[in-house]
Amino acid sequence: MMEAILFYILASVAVIAALLVITRANPISSALMLVVCFLASAGIFAMLGATFLAVLQVLLYAGAIMVLFVFVIMLIQTDPKDLKKRQMTFGKLLGAAAAVYLAIVLGIAVWRPPFIAAPQAGEAFLTPSTIGHQLLTTYVLPFEILSVLLLIAIIGAVVLAKKKI
Amino acid sequence: MMITVHHYLLLSIALFVIGAIGVVTRRNALIIFMSIELMLNAVNIAFLAFARWNLLIEGKMIVLFVLAVAAAEAAVGLGIVISIYRNRQTVYVDEMRLLKG
Amino acid sequence: MIPFIVIAALKVVFIFGVILSLVPVLIWMERKGAAYIQDRRGPNRASILGIRMGGVIHSLADALKLFTKEEIAASSVSKPIFYIAPMIAFFVAIVIVGVVPFAEPVAIAGYEFTLQIADLNAGLIYVFAMSSIGVYALLMAGWSAAGKYSMLGALRAAAQMISYEVALGLSVVAIFLLSGSLRLQDIVFDQGALVWHWNAVRQPLAFVLFIAALFAETNRLPFDLPEGESELVAGYHTEYSSMRFALFFMGEYTHIAVGSLIIATLFFGGWQFPFIDASIIRENINNIIIFGWPVAGIMALIFGWWLTTKFRRRYKDLRDFEPLVWGVPIMLFAVLLFISWAGLISRGYLDSIPAEVGDIAVFLIQMGTLLAKAIFFCAVFIWVRWTLPRFRYDQLMNLGWKVMVPLGVANVAATAAVMAFY
Repeated sequence: MMEAILFYILASVAVIAALLVITRANPISSALMLVVCFLASAGIFAMLGATFLAVLQVLLYAGAIMVLFVFVIMLIQTDPKDLKKRQMTFGKLLGAAAAVYLAIVLGIAVWRPPFIAAPQAGEAFLTPSTIGHQLLTTYVLPFEILSVLLLIAIIGAVVLAKKKI
Repeated sequence: MMITVHHYLLLSIALFVIGAIGVVTRRNALIIFMSIELMLNAVNIAFLAFARWNLLIEGKMIVLFVLAVAAAEAAVGLGIVISIYRNRQTVYVDEMRLLKG
Repeated sequence: MIPFIVIAALKVVFIFGVILSLVPVLIWMERKGAAYIQDRRGPNRASILGIRMGGVIHSLADALKLFTKEEIAASSVSKPIFYIAPMIAFFVAIVIVGVVPFAEPVAIAGYEFTLQIADLNAGLIYVFAMSSIGVYALLMAGWSAAGKYSMLGALRAAAQMISYEVALGLSVVAIFLLSGSLRLQDIVFDQGALVWHWNAVRQPLAFVLFIAALFAETNRLPFDLPEGESELVAGYHTEYSSMRFALFFMGEYTHIAVGSLIIATLFFGGWQFPFIDASIIRENINNIIIFGWPVAGIMALIFGWWLTTKFRRRYKDLRDFEPLVWGVPIMLFAVLLFISWAGLISRGYLDSIPAEVGDIAVFLIQMGTLLAKAIFFCAVFIWVRWTLPRFRYDQLMNLGWKVMVPLGVANVAATAAVMAFY
């Protein structure tokens, strides 16, 4: 019961915030709404027994990536009056319709039995130490590649943002 | 009221499709970017829901990697947006039609 | 059975009450500390019927003033964001306290009870996550106010907090390695009661990095560039007035209090009493109560007597009687303690103290220990603020990225190497 209430609250917050993200004209409002959406998603993560990832989601997405977004928007934003008016074209409508169609198809695809509650999760599933252990044993190669990727991203961002190299 | 894996999957689908609509209908590069982040986040929810119902740690690992890749992507993407803005004074994708800088 | 949610709510009310009542005390400490460092007396005028409490009444007067002031918002501000920002600043500061353990888990009347709102298994990451949310308050406040200074303050705040978060995170990785857990309760247990097992001694570099990064996170001098009164006219909260300004102000002091609690928990053994193990306290709690009772009485008596000796006819009005107003009741209280102690001893009640009373006494000792450590670090915050000058912006960034981050990485590597080979 408690779980259901929590789920519906968090899910509705996430969906409404997501809708606001794509409908606000001002990118700042969009970004802040996206933060709300991410926080609600973090709550969903925690409900799914991934407390560590929930906290990491807040730390990384809400605390770092979105701050970067807001920072960039503030840097390049001039005046709210310069924002472009919304404009509907046939192509856009088609794209949106296709996306809604995708939602329907996916919904039908996943809606199949068994409709069961989640199984009891053990301590090994819940603790963050399992993630750390896996990261340095089974997933050590992706982990190392990821570090290279992050290095490339750092260098790329610096090169892109620098005026003169 | 029982919450099944389907609830989480429907939530994930809803967020993913909202993100997709954002990508196809908006012209502001920053908002398109945010919509992509939204889609990544939706996928994370699906992964974690499957991980929880099958008690597999793999779902969590994938989410961890998605988070890290999203961070890298955001850094580079925002760098691109800034450099476009510096050259063109715009963030609207329909005004960026020249291949040549 | 009391439902779980009632206990949780009571814990929230109690812990938030403790933290919030620290705020006026901290403001008083700040003003008095500043005054003594600058060789003056500090606030000592405001009084209620002559009672000044050494200046604490000034905090009350400030609160009253801020509550009743008119609320002004410039016409160009973005209203919703402008109004939400101070709430976030305060919320983020206080919500971190949710994972701080105030005492050892005890079983009171069949309940497994811990004075900790949420025992997350990723507790320390939660602390960082919440403090990283805090930057939104500054960004939103600065951006929505639509002023140059606010905007500059917000941009500085964002850059500074993101930079120092890296150093903050790296500095505690070594502690994760040592204690093998992210749970704050486990970190406290791992440190034990012996002072040379505390993380401040085992990881001095991590401690220095952590405390420096925490100063940056709380936007205190020497890292207060986002506010910088002399350059930015208070930065992101330039445009705020009345209670919304007060929320920023309270947020800052709450952040100091909570940050001190985190330092005490991570590096100074949390609720562990120095040198005396928790189990020893628990075994001897009856003796501690029996002997602590009259000792408390004697101390109260001496303190009350000292206060009454301060009585002089200096101002020729009500203020003269303040030492008596405090001193006499304290001495009466001391006498009451003696009488009750003697009464209980003579009737033999103290020979068989119920286990619950002992548990509560242990719990109070541990909580008092943690709060004492935290208040000491609050004093350090104040001392540093009024001693060091502000950094220049490039110095700030150099320190963050070129000194603290490499040192943090080196510390992690060294700790890992030592742990691997021994």
